Amino acid sequence: MKKAFFIMTLVFLWGLMVASIIQMPTSGDINNPSYNITTHYYINKTIRDTNAPNIISAIINDYRAFDTLGEATVLFISIIAVSSVMKNTYLKKREEKGDH
Amino acid sequence: MQIFNVILILFLITCAIAVERTKDLLAAVIIFASYSFFMALLWLLLRAPDIALTEAAIGAGVTTILFVGVISKTRRME
Amino acid sequence: MDDLIVRTVTKWIVPFIQVYGIFIILHGHISPGGGFSGGAVLGSSIILITLSLGYKKASGIISHSTSALLESGSIIWYVLIGIVGIISGNNFLTNRGAGFYMGEVGDVISSGMIPLITVAIGIKVASTVITLFHTIIEED
Repeated sequence: MKKAFFIMTLVFLWGLMVASIIQMPTSGDINNPSYNITTHYYINKTIRDTNAPNIISAIINDYRAFDTLGEATVLFISIIAVSSVMKNTYLKKREEKGDH
Repeated sequence: MQIFNVILILFLITCAIAVERTKDLLAAVIIFASYSFFMALLWLLLRAPDIALTEAAIGAGVTTILFVGVISKTRRME
Repeated sequence: MDDLIVRTVTKWIVPFIQVYGIFIILHGHISPGGGFSGGAVLGSSIILITLSLGYKKASGIISHSTSALLESGSIIWYVLIGIVGIISGNNFLTNRGAGFYMGEVGDVISSGMIPLITVAIGIKVASTVITLFHTIIEED
C-alpha cells in the first residue's frame, strides 16, 4: 500500500516534469523569452563599456561585481568554519592548562 | 553530434544512480569524479567553455581530493 | 607516497600546471576562464606536491600563515578596488568612470579593473583550496 502510494507519487511528478519540459522553448531559438533587451545590451555595448572581448568575464567582474564579492565572502566563511571545527587550538590550550 | 549528446546524458544518469547505490565510499567518490567529468564534457557541448574548465578543475579534481581526505580520517564502508 | 616515479613526474609536471593556471587567471578577460578556474588549477598543483612529496615540503612552499595572509589580503584588495570608485565620485565598483587604465581591446593589460579583480579572486580561491586540504590532512 505504502509502496504503491510512493510509485503513484513518483509517476505523477515525472508526468509533471515531462509536461513542463515539452512546454519549454528550444535552445537558441530567436523567440525565446531570455532573448530580450538585456542580451542585446550586453552583446552590443560590452566592448564600449569595458574593453573586454570576453562578455561573460565582463558581466561577472564588472556589471555584477558586487555579486562576485558576495561569492568571495562565502569562500571566506567556509574557510572560517572548517578551521574552527578542525583546528581547535583554543580548546587544546584549555585542556593543557586543566581548567574545563 | 545528437547521438553523442544522448550517450553522454545516459552515462550521466548511470553514474548518478551508481553513486547512490554503492556501499564502498571510496568507489562512490571515484564514480562521482567521472560524473563531474561527463558534466564538463556536456558543458563544452553546450558552448560554455569557462564553466567546463571550472567543473573539470573543481568538480573532478578538488572535490575528489577533499572527499578522499575526509574518508581517510573516517570509515571507508557505509 | 614514497615512490620514485610519482616523485619524478610531479617535479616535472608541476611548473607546467602552474604556468597554465597563471595563464588562465591573467587572460580571464580575453579568453574563456577566469579567477575561479585558474585559482582551482593553481591550488591543485600545490595539492599534488602535498600528496607526492609530503606535507613538510608543501608547507615549506606555502605555510598556513602565508595562506591566511593571502586569503584576507585578496578580499581586502577587492574591497579597496571598489572604494576607488567611491572616492572618484561614482558608485561602488565603478570601472570606466573611476579612471582605471582601459587600454586597447585584446591586450593583457587593459579593460580597467577586471584583471585586478580576476587576480584577487584567483589568489583567494587557490589559497582557500590549499588551506582546506592542509587543515583536513594535518596530523594532530
